Amino acid sequence: MLLYLIRRLMQSGFVLVAMSLLVFLGVYAVGDPVEILIAPDADQFERERAIVALGLDLPLWQQYLVFVSKALQGDLGRSFVFNEPAIQIILQRMPATLELAFGSMFLSILIGLPLGLYAGLRPDSPVSKGIMASSILGFSLPTFWVGLMLIMVFAVQLGWLPSTGRGETAEILGTRWSFLTWDGLRHILLPAINLSLFKISLVIRLTRAGVRETMLMDYVKFARAKGLSPTRVTFVHVFKNILIPVVTVVGLELGGTIAFSVVTESVFAWPGMGKLIIDSINVLDRPVIVAYLMMIVLMFIVINLVVDIIYTMLDPRVRLEAKA
Amino acid sequence: MSTSVLPAPAPPVETPFRRFVSEFFASTIAVGGLVVFVIIALAAILAPWITPQNPYDLAVLDIMDGRLEPGSVGGSGITHWLGTDDQGRDMLSGIIYGLRISLLVGVGSAFIACMVGASLGMLAAYAGGRTDSVIMRVVDLQLSFPTILAALMILAFLGKGVMNVVIALVLVEWAYYARTVRGSALVERRREYIEAAVCLALPTRRILFNHLLPNCLPPLIVVGTMQIARAIALEATLSFLGLGVPITEPSLGLLIANGYEYMLSGKYWISFYPGIALLITIVSINLVGDQLRDVLNPRLKK
Repeated sequence: MLLYLIRRLMQSGFVLVAMSLLVFLGVYAVGDPVEILIAPDADQFERERAIVALGLDLPLWQQYLVFVSKALQGDLGRSFVFNEPAIQIILQRMPATLELAFGSMFLSILIGLPLGLYAGLRPDSPVSKGIMASSILGFSLPTFWVGLMLIMVFAVQLGWLPSTGRGETAEILGTRWSFLTWDGLRHILLPAINLSLFKISLVIRLTRAGVRETMLMDYVKFARAKGLSPTRVTFVHVFKNILIPVVTVVGLELGGTIAFSVVTESVFAWPGMGKLIIDSINVLDRPVIVAYLMMIVLMFIVINLVVDIIYTMLDPRVRLEAKA
Repeated sequence: MSTSVLPAPAPPVETPFRRFVSEFFASTIAVGGLVVFVIIALAAILAPWITPQNPYDLAVLDIMDGRLEPGSVGGSGITHWLGTDDQGRDMLSGIIYGLRISLLVGVGSAFIACMVGASLGMLAAYAGGRTDSVIMRVVDLQLSFPTILAALMILAFLGKGVMNVVIALVLVEWAYYARTVRGSALVERRREYIEAAVCLALPTRRILFNHLLPNCLPPLIVVGTMQIARAIALEATLSFLGLGVPITEPSLGLLIANGYEYMLSGKYWISFYPGIALLITIVSINLVGDQLRDVLNPRLKK
């Protein structure tokens, strides 16, 4: 186990180095680093001073080492637009994104589980067929267009919910959260639904498959034979057993949800990390772009590592394979 | 493919291809999807001859016709069935021209990604050993990042442009093909005909492309169809975010983004109809892909 862990950690480290090289080369080799790292309104003298100060006269491999050592100290450059450390700006926007991501995961369970359960218990009813057909739509509809339609219907035509922004926020532990106020909740509802569409479809399909499989198990037959009520069999014997895999998969989707919030945040003008990166790309605020990419790469590597380790602990087959 | 010679006019011989065609046409929904897709593709190809207006000829645009409602008649006497955008451009014409860009980018990137991915996947399966593990590590790494993020990263470096979008889509999609082809190539390469080809000392390139590839095609076709739909959706998303195609060559995604600001004031048609066009395109391709998967999946065969 320890050996596997060490090997897996080394692998993650290798991936991190490879990705940092890619991002570095993307910024320094594909684009002109002078234009990228020095504010465009600097004059000739300032430019030359900045080139020396930033070490852009050094050979490429030395520049990379400088970039890495600075990154390890948490310094990923200063934003041109905000004139603050890039990493700080991103961290400021993070709560909004996390709030949206967790909200959408919560919704996907809340909506997906009952629908999937119904479709699994009555696979032949027309309602179930309707649910399954809509879940295909949930997979294939482009997120951003569904978001626009949500705004059109619920914000413009019906006027029930606000279309953009975070609304009122309340402070806990030094960060501001929308879900603590009524106005904030009204603001988060549409974006969270939009972001959860894909996951709702996923949960419906997983739950349905799980229910259909579990219904055939001997312990379910036995529970029925014992004379337990159908409700009890469904909720105690079937439901409990499918809950674990479903929740695991939704948890694994966290990374993807944070990545996909780029789209939802842009549609609903939700001031999170995703909106920040799109705005930064549009105004060429490259230090922020680099910082965002490095952080998100790190996040994914950590998520993948944690998932792998949890799997190894849960599933002895993986462990044995690693030993062989 | 065996074409046995029988004394005519016996009923048509059941070749694998004929069986495939008849099985595919057994599903009405899939045939419907195919018909819709062919109509969309034809409309896109024939755009200059069938649209009421050339949406990018500034001489025919009249700003006075801007933001007309669907069904109203513009100053030049054209009926705008789907309304006009802020420039006075006929939406129907704009959508059909937008379809051209969307389909070109979607199909083009899927095709290139398929060639790159299939070659690497076959190489991995055929060479094995270190080559295999290096290629598959890269594939795993690629697949562990969400596509939207990888595409975003590439476009942040490359900048806007139709070509850049195609490059980004190819770079994020090739891994799906590589994994698919490797899977089936691993099975096929142990078959006798490959052994025979090796014994005949045929050049490796010929074994790979003339013997191995044709036998790995069925799963590749299924993945390819689904990936075209994904590529079109991803391109639309990227263009909507302002990172995809430039304003001079608007795809459906850019048309939708264009109408975004007017939607809040109730002028829904500028965003709504391009979205519907996008939706119909994606769903029709997916319906075809679904049926292809059922027909070509060996596990479902008797």
